[in-house]
Amino acid sequence: MRYFQSIVVGGGLAGLRAAIELNRNNVPVAVMTRVHPVRSHSGAAQGGVNAALGNHERGVYDSVEKHAFDTVKGSDYLADQDAVSRMCGDAPERIYEMEHWGCPFSRTPEGKIAQRPFGGAGFPRTCYAGDKTGMVMLHTLYEQVVRFEQASERNEMTVLDEWVVTHLITDGGVCRGVVALDLRTGAAEAFISEAVIFGTGGSGRVYRNSTNALISTAHGVAVPYWAGVPLKDMEFVQFHPTTLVGTNILMTEGCRGEGGYLLNKAGERFMAFYEDSKKAMEVAPRDITARNIMREIAAGRGFENSYVHLDIRHLGEQKIAKKLPGIRDICVGFLGIDPVRDPIPVQPGQHYSMGGVDTATDGSTVMKGLYAAGECACVSVHGANRLGGNSLLDTVVFGAISGKAAGEYIAGLASSGPNAKLADDALRKAKAEIDAVISLEGAESISRVREDLAALMTEKVGVFREREGLSAALDGVKALKARFSKAGFGGPRGLKYNFQVLNYYETRANLDVAEAIVAGALAREESRGSHSRTDFPFRDDGRFLKHTMAHFAPDGPRLDYEPVTLGKWEPKERKY
Amino acid sequence: MSKVTFNVFRFDPETDAGPRYQRYEIEQAPGLTVLGGLLEIQAKTDPSLAFRSACRAAVCGSCAMHINGQYRLACEMQTEMLGATVTVRPLGHLSVIKDLVVEMKPFWDRYKEIKPYLMPGDNPPEKEFIQSCDDREKLDGGIDCILCSCCYNSCPVVGTDPAYVGPAAALKADRFLRDSRDRAREERLLLTGGDHGVWRCHTVFSCQEVCPKDLNPTGAIADLKLGAIKAKLGLRS
Repeated sequence: MRYFQSIVVGGGLAGLRAAIELNRNNVPVAVMTRVHPVRSHSGAAQGGVNAALGNHERGVYDSVEKHAFDTVKGSDYLADQDAVSRMCGDAPERIYEMEHWGCPFSRTPEGKIAQRPFGGAGFPRTCYAGDKTGMVMLHTLYEQVVRFEQASERNEMTVLDEWVVTHLITDGGVCRGVVALDLRTGAAEAFISEAVIFGTGGSGRVYRNSTNALISTAHGVAVPYWAGVPLKDMEFVQFHPTTLVGTNILMTEGCRGEGGYLLNKAGERFMAFYEDSKKAMEVAPRDITARNIMREIAAGRGFENSYVHLDIRHLGEQKIAKKLPGIRDICVGFLGIDPVRDPIPVQPGQHYSMGGVDTATDGSTVMKGLYAAGECACVSVHGANRLGGNSLLDTVVFGAISGKAAGEYIAGLASSGPNAKLADDALRKAKAEIDAVISLEGAESISRVREDLAALMTEKVGVFREREGLSAALDGVKALKARFSKAGFGGPRGLKYNFQVLNYYETRANLDVAEAIVAGALAREESRGSHSRTDFPFRDDGRFLKHTMAHFAPDGPRLDYEPVTLGKWEPKERKY
Repeated sequence: MSKVTFNVFRFDPETDAGPRYQRYEIEQAPGLTVLGGLLEIQAKTDPSLAFRSACRAAVCGSCAMHINGQYRLACEMQTEMLGATVTVRPLGHLSVIKDLVVEMKPFWDRYKEIKPYLMPGDNPPEKEFIQSCDDREKLDGGIDCILCSCCYNSCPVVGTDPAYVGPAAALKADRFLRDSRDRAREERLLLTGGDHGVWRCHTVFSCQEVCPKDLNPTGAIADLKLGAIKAKLGLRS
């Protein structure tokens, strides 16, 4: 058994920010992460992070309240307005703090943090560092973690990389630690702590066509889900309008924010053809843009029936080199085209999980001692559709909030400390389960089940949905679960850097979380934000202005609903 | 469809007498990357094959390895450009844990030794530090490093002196030296100018040659040397 007063699971932006907050409040912390922190998927974020700083010449009248309104409207009124106000209110402080920690934001001519226009935002409020904002933020936070590591005299900041948390340890319904696999040895170990914060990111790899890293599986949300914590609003999956054809690597919204065009095969800026995007054109919110690209392709005006063009040629080589250098590198490296001379072939692809582990505004879950922040959590600030630039903001704001809340929770505990019996019991159970996985003798391949699930989700639970397809998807997931129960552990059973045990857990997680996504989508008979039902094309506030809560059960989720916290803004028709 | 042969380094120092190369044949396909090939082998043929990967988009730095004679990122190397055989071996200056997975600790230790964080002094402003566009431009390149360690592993000096600061850590140190917000110039020059510091560099440019991001660690090392000389002579930076 090992003991840390607090444990953060996940070394991306949310997890690192939470760990820093715990340390600042004198709480020792261990960050347990599947990959070294700088390898986290936060680093793939490109376009920027929102805060109403008013640094742009067209942004002087921006305000926290306007940021909050844009976020609520963008969410199609499903976001909880108290959580949104908190996020937008904390935004300037969190961004200045990142800057003070060395984050190299691009600059205005006055030397302030530069901001660019993004979809669904009334003012240019997306702070950026070229088109590598996530990467420089991730590196900056890791640098601060190293600073805390070096400043601490008693190992108060510990990073354990290449550890995968497989189980929560609970005592009378209270979270008291985790069981985790050390990838290096393949051995499981029990960790006791007073509080655990999950910052494990999104579940993108439930889908095949995803911008997400290969490590962004549903396993992070599944561990709390399996332990009885509900998942909220899982049917809301963001499809980014512009992902590179073939690999689905992200082509930032910044391409359009900087003035890029979307063109059909006739070379027309087709966003003008649609009522909901003719005004905002290319900087319409992501849900609307993704739908209109799909409609354009369905109407036969796409290329090879599968993509459209993102054209940034008119921005000129100099602006592209200055503001979108990473985009140019990716296009050259992965597709052999240079966006200075050629339009970029793009199509919508899975990008972000609006849903996640249900949390209160302070990051706490229904399980005492367990917190979640960032993409794995659902507070909810993104509702039915997240605005670009709000995900990086979510990570640092709610990372800090949950770190603070967990610290206060620990300070208020009457008794605490290591608990060998609790650890041994949990470890024994987890080891028995892992041993059973290693001895699986079935003929089915775990990898094949995983791939087939991803293909099914991309095909049937995409931008547009309807009852028949969703029912087929639900049957399909159940059939895959049946196949998965007949899976075998292939190849040698030596466990050192043997990714098969991890593959088993991730596939099981993807199956269970996919089932929650499909069940939620099937039950929600309306169109709201990213959830577009062709058989129910309108938003239905009477029946569905509520959060879907999925509770885990082995044969499929049990759904119930929670009210949305409204406030200043009554739901209205969402027009841009 | 044509085939491509993967010739992959296999070794578990705990159980194997010595390393060997294992051959796998997979279908060639347009856009197939070296990482794509390794993932396919792991999923379909040999689940025991060990390597690191994460973003598959050349931004996370996980999958640096030696591919057909050069250190590169496996995720952005198209197999079609490598010919009929792709030979893959692990990073050179780090010990093998299993197959293509190496012990990265010495690399991270060098990174941590140079104090890789902004030291702006006390009393930060209420809002952001003001930094001119020209000053911000000085950070370009330095902030683009993904810490993949290709440069570190191609450096002949690292090969003979594991305590040598190495190109990646030097690039990081120089990035802070160049930052108008930083107030630790002297300390940074001391940290990088010691016995195992930048003076050990032989200026053979191998770091610059292999960098998947076309960065210039050799230039950063020269900058740190110049800074140290100026400091010694009492000249302003």
